[in-house]
Amino acid sequence: MDKILLSHGSGGTMMHQLIKEYFVPQFSLKSLDDSAVLEGINGGKIAFTTDSYVVSPIFFPGGNIGELAVNGTVNDLSMVGARPLYITAGLILEEGFSIEDLKTILSSMSAAAEYSGIKIVAGDTKVVDKGKADGIFINTSGIGIIEEGIDISPSKVTPGDKVILSGPIGNHGISIIAERNGISFNPPILSDTAPLNSLVNDMLKTTKEIHAMRDPTRGGLATSLKEIAIASRTCITIRENSIPVPEGVKGACELLGFDPLYVANEGILIAIVKADMAELLINTMKKHPLGGNACVIGDVKEDPSEMVLLKTSIGGTRIIEMLSGDQLPRIC
Amino acid sequence: MVTKNLVDKIKKTMDAIGRPVNLMEVCGTHTVAIFRHGIRDIIPKNIRLLSGPGCPVCVTPIKDVDAAIAISKQDNVILSTFGDMMRVPGSKQSLYHAHADGADIRVVYSPIDALNIASAQLEKKIVFFATGFETTSPSVAGTLIEGKRLGVDNFFIYSAHKTVPPALKALLDSDDVMVNGFILPGHVSTIIGSEPYKFIASDYRIPSVITGFDAEDILLGINMILDQIATGRAEVEIQYKKVVKEKGNQKAMSILNEYFESCDAQWRGLGIIPKSGLKLNERAKRWDVNSIYNIDVPDSREPKSCLCGQVLRGVKLPTDCVLFGKNCTPEHPVGACMVSTEGSCAAFYRYSPRGYRGYNG
Repeated sequence: MDKILLSHGSGGTMMHQLIKEYFVPQFSLKSLDDSAVLEGINGGKIAFTTDSYVVSPIFFPGGNIGELAVNGTVNDLSMVGARPLYITAGLILEEGFSIEDLKTILSSMSAAAEYSGIKIVAGDTKVVDKGKADGIFINTSGIGIIEEGIDISPSKVTPGDKVILSGPIGNHGISIIAERNGISFNPPILSDTAPLNSLVNDMLKTTKEIHAMRDPTRGGLATSLKEIAIASRTCITIRENSIPVPEGVKGACELLGFDPLYVANEGILIAIVKADMAELLINTMKKHPLGGNACVIGDVKEDPSEMVLLKTSIGGTRIIEMLSGDQLPRIC
Repeated sequence: MVTKNLVDKIKKTMDAIGRPVNLMEVCGTHTVAIFRHGIRDIIPKNIRLLSGPGCPVCVTPIKDVDAAIAISKQDNVILSTFGDMMRVPGSKQSLYHAHADGADIRVVYSPIDALNIASAQLEKKIVFFATGFETTSPSVAGTLIEGKRLGVDNFFIYSAHKTVPPALKALLDSDDVMVNGFILPGHVSTIIGSEPYKFIASDYRIPSVITGFDAEDILLGINMILDQIATGRAEVEIQYKKVVKEKGNQKAMSILNEYFESCDAQWRGLGIIPKSGLKLNERAKRWDVNSIYNIDVPDSREPKSCLCGQVLRGVKLPTDCVLFGKNCTPEHPVGACMVSTEGSCAAFYRYSPRGYRGYNG
């Protein structure tokens, strides 16, 4: 590898290789979870994370880059069981960017922060020459507190656990692709961007026996499950029939040659939980606006380790790998 | 339930046949669908499913990729391409690498998108890297008709289009191919119909069925082929009747014929096959990128040890290749069959990797 290719940013295997080979040796990364969990600061546990947003187009059906940047970091903190408190925002603006668009983006950042009950407490702005960025890039970093007794990490996943999915897959990725290519759907497919902290809060009030959580963003459900299977050295088996895929997403995927399991989401979560807590959790989740379609999609086994298997609707078995390269459209 | 009945039927027909059969799914979309549905798991083990030469990315020779890269590096050019072509290794680099080097390469979902880029950027030459079978070539011809109507004169085509029936004939004429029946492509046949395949039955006495892409479609298609074998028939049947007609889509074919004519073409792994490609005809000369550039890239060899060629002919399985899963992965593909999402090596790697479940065809 002598140059960075676009597919190094797709969230799949190429990005994992890049991180493992070049980042891990240089940084103090204890895990590759959504947030770092820091202990020993004033006695408690703190979650800390950062994420950059370069989505194109910046306005898409169901949201814009601003709320995505807030929700995304809130979600990364929530996935380790933290209560998100504060975030910072770093903006890189391209010369010539519309002030009107900037105002819209900032006000939706503010609205998203208020909605999820966090505060944006520090920021930075840089402007680069025209052509050196694509309108606007946003970085957000965030911290949150992990209450005592909460310990969420793939290493806790054990055979027998159940896999819960909070809602339908594929909406965010398809809304972006559709907007990018001038494809419209009726009814329109909207991004599912949403803050998951209040749903996670309700879940943790129900039980602390949540072993791992992920919000399946880039690389989709498939990649997130594979990451958990590798980190926990278990086998995750899921059932195709149980995974909710909206009709519109299904149709768009057929048209574009995508597999919905690999399409990005921004407002759903996967939780791996102790088996006897699954039903209770589903009941809690169903009462929350973001968990209305929550369901068990599979379970955790011991062997074959580090694998994800999908039971197809006709009773066959298929292996689920991480996304490799970009999800590209078929040409025949 | 329907599935179970179908599988039971297939088992019964196989019992009647009483020997193993090799079926080739010609189309890459079928290869992927068979894996995605887990069809190999539920049909009898003595049905061997082989992938054929029906993934357009896989059969595009290195020379065409090199030519597209050379074009993308000309001044004032925007090269537009279907996304799958981006990662196909040329002799030195892929379009992805050329893009990282600064070439203006745009991924489009339809040739009309490329034409739209041309109308928006009159100061540039927009070249569309036209790959694909009969499913995509009529839309390229249609785009030229639209381009003519709009008076766009900065839009050009590099045609690497191919047609399916001549490749099947070449396959059947080679000595090492052992196919007892063909699962014929649903999408391509929507355009060309069933008639161009008649020679498979009349000249080679091999059964074939044009098949759809749902699990049930594929199981039905398989059973229809097996039924022909069991009863000693050889016909071209249509399972995918809801979209495929015997005569195909004549309007699409006449649009195609407006600007394209057949030519000999090189296929990765299969060599030069007579009358198996499409080039722009005299009427369409002004769109031909060869009319503005003299693109002369040297012939190049297939990478050493790569079995793509034999995989594309169904002679070898991807897992027979020493490079498979080691030196050749979707992230670092050596051969084109590992690149396309519909390539047989990529499908094997993705859905049944590294020998797990002891897959043996």
